[in-house]
Amino acid sequence: MAQTITQKILAKAANRTFVDVGESVWLNVDILLTHDVCGPPTFDIFKEEFGPDAKVWDPEKVVVLPDHYIFTANEHAHRNIDLLREFAKKQGLTHYYDVGTDRYKGVCHVALAEEGFNLPGTVLFGTDSHTCTSGAFGMFGTGIGNTDAAFILGTGKLWEKVPESIKFTFDGVMPPWLTAKDLILQILGDITTDGATYRAMEFDGEAIFSLPMEERMTLTNMAIEAGGMNGIIAADAIAEEYVKARSNKPYELFQSDSDAQYHSKYHYNVRDLEPVVAQPHSPDNRATVRSVAGTKITKSYIGSCTGGKLTDFVMAAKILKGQKVAVTTNIVPATVLVARSLETEEYEGVSLKKIFEDAGCSVALPSCAACLGGPADTVGRSVDNDVVVSTTNRNFPGRMGSKHAGVYLASPLTAAASAITGKLTDPRDFL
Amino acid sequence: METIIQGKAYVLGKNIDTDQIIPAEHLVYSLSDPEEVVLYGKYALSGVPPEQGGLPEGNIPFIADGEVRSAFTIIIAGPNFGCGSSREHAPFALKVAGVKAIIAESYARIFYRNCVDGGFAIPYETAEQLNQVIKTGDELKIDVEANTIENLTSKVTYKLNPLGSVFNIVEAGGIFAYARQENLMAQS
Repeated sequence: MAQTITQKILAKAANRTFVDVGESVWLNVDILLTHDVCGPPTFDIFKEEFGPDAKVWDPEKVVVLPDHYIFTANEHAHRNIDLLREFAKKQGLTHYYDVGTDRYKGVCHVALAEEGFNLPGTVLFGTDSHTCTSGAFGMFGTGIGNTDAAFILGTGKLWEKVPESIKFTFDGVMPPWLTAKDLILQILGDITTDGATYRAMEFDGEAIFSLPMEERMTLTNMAIEAGGMNGIIAADAIAEEYVKARSNKPYELFQSDSDAQYHSKYHYNVRDLEPVVAQPHSPDNRATVRSVAGTKITKSYIGSCTGGKLTDFVMAAKILKGQKVAVTTNIVPATVLVARSLETEEYEGVSLKKIFEDAGCSVALPSCAACLGGPADTVGRSVDNDVVVSTTNRNFPGRMGSKHAGVYLASPLTAAASAITGKLTDPRDFL
Repeated sequence: METIIQGKAYVLGKNIDTDQIIPAEHLVYSLSDPEEVVLYGKYALSGVPPEQGGLPEGNIPFIADGEVRSAFTIIIAGPNFGCGSSREHAPFALKVAGVKAIIAESYARIFYRNCVDGGFAIPYETAEQLNQVIKTGDELKIDVEANTIENLTSKVTYKLNPLGSVFNIVEAGGIFAYARQENLMAQS
């Protein structure tokens, strides 16, 4: 029987050769990811259900990356980090990346890739909706809650309903003003915020396989904004090269069968697409940047698991070099590695960091920061009636802080161009 | 599991994401310390813009000033309820506030799983747009065995979609109770 790549990976994790769409199967979990917001309550449930002295199923397979509320004076947030540290120590978790040490990484989905935890053919569950990001590596990654995570901690297993898949094919050569963010916002406008609920979103085509891993991660990252269980791109030579540079663990490559069944198929040629935004207050409220150009903004925000990777900052720097921003512009690298690269990576002989500082941007420390608002003292948090252009992933009311603010989700090119003019601006005006 | 759930309706629109159910700034409280747990009730649904809370009129707070529990125990909503962040703090907050059941046209997967596996509230789906015909404050009665909801205020009864494959987990009270019942994990 023909299967999609998602079915094949789930079949392997269920010790089967075939799993059918719609059936619930118990899966063996390769990696469980958690962070400072959902780790402590997950550990509490684990202790309550398995006993105070219970041991996790495999300390090598639990990855704890604090990233949400790091640079804040909030005492409850500090306590959550203390709870992670205590649990990691007691359980002997080798993959705990403590705040305030050299081991601290930053935003978990980007750090998982950097640290070599993303391996083709494996199954990742994480207590964060953007766990689907890792699907860019030809693996299954999806978000769960604390109870399910606690169940995995004790058993190494979880049930999942095998999803139908939707296939998105992008043909053509990417023009320099178009980004993965524009592609996923295009899709969201077409299928809406629940168009892929309980389904896999599979991406392929010449344009996709020309993208670097970081851009592919932007696509799979936002599968959840369409309700997708997972986003997935089969691993190719570019993916294997990235993985082999960071891990010596074995992995297995899977591809969808040519006669696999899909819920639906969407076909795009990137030459027909143009820069787009998601207008307030929903990620599917798509408009071309040209059609809303001139809309006044009060802030530009470039950061998060979606839009705070090195490739995002390279794109922003191309636009911001030699320019001055007209509104508050926050540069928030996803991870410590990205932050370091801002100093070493150059565009036309100038480091990205200097380009941003010369343009008047403020460069923050790596964490999730204002993508999800966070405590009151979070860098970049929206206030009052802010109008923000942001490279983040979600713009429902209040997401970045203020319930009265409006957020336009955009590519780093659009966010940078708009920062210069203080109005929504098509990046082609600067390229 | 209760077979009859009766209470007042709180009506919402579509795409109520978990940031609206419990804003991110409140995720720092303990989910086990009783003194802090009540804060999740206090701030439940506090991220919903006021005019969109308590439809059709709007501007009806879910939690009255100074309270930690809601006068409303059944949520009625449109499609894609619970989309966004995976935070289990969301169904937890609704439970702490006193919510017993949610009736929406559809759910985001993670929220739905969390409701079922955590045993927080029963997530029913309906084919009908109940948030267009039920008003905030209406007295509702859910018959869990018959899969129906009766609006005692307007005297109209509607069908609920059967819970299907998750019914056994809901009936057991969550994934741990279910797994023990089915011998899927060691007894503890």
